Amino acid sequence: MKSHSFRRLPVADTMDIKITVQAQDFDPGAEIKWLERDTSEDGALVTFIGKVRDHNQGEQVAHLYLEHYAGMAERSLQQIAEQAKQRWQIGKIRIIHRVGELHVDDNIVFVGVTSAHRQDAFYASQMIMDYLKTEAPFWKKEQTAAGSRWVTANQNDQNEAQKW
Amino acid sequence: MATGAAKQDIRVLFFAQFREQLGCDQLALASTDVTDIASIKHTLAKRGDMWQQVFTNSSLLVAVNQQMVQDNIVIKPGDEIAFFPPVTGG
Repeated sequence: MKSHSFRRLPVADTMDIKITVQAQDFDPGAEIKWLERDTSEDGALVTFIGKVRDHNQGEQVAHLYLEHYAGMAERSLQQIAEQAKQRWQIGKIRIIHRVGELHVDDNIVFVGVTSAHRQDAFYASQMIMDYLKTEAPFWKKEQTAAGSRWVTANQNDQNEAQKW
Repeated sequence: MATGAAKQDIRVLFFAQFREQLGCDQLALASTDVTDIASIKHTLAKRGDMWQQVFTNSSLLVAVNQQMVQDNIVIKPGDEIAFFPPVTGG
């Protein structure tokens, strides 16, 4: 667990870390352009996009609703990105997480990382996703034929996050 | 946001299934009534059966001023406390 800290974090857009929590969709091409700007020394750019799939835990999913804790969500993503930067040689990090009602095939999350070396970019993007899934305050509620249900946390996600 | 909460109060927020089960997304507690997270849980659990159920749930997570913490954290006037289930974003 993190320590009880009152350190003020920068508004979620420092020069090389950009965090957004938004209802609207994102354009991966535009995000890649932002990642490429002023990172000519970086030979690697890794992106991950998480999407709404049509099934979960044995049920067809029609759509889902993503709830978040405004303020803490952005702050938590910023801290995760800062941890990745401390650990690997990273140029820029972009994280976008969507909230509200989302449908099958919709984008949920975007993570983009640039680095001089591909290994750092792969590791950092994977660590960011593993930490995001276990620390960032977002919750999914699924709508299935049987009704709506809150998604329960996955032990496997906890195990993945602990590997770092 | 905090409906009628005075500055010296502690603002308490609830999210996801806990918000739904309690039928409440936030409330204010007088800072004189509570000392730490454990005492807030104890106070809130007395509000009714559903409150008892939520605040004795072992998966309940808590954040103080938007940082996850443990139960022994001391609370100060003006703090923002949030209770929520394990996160499921991404």
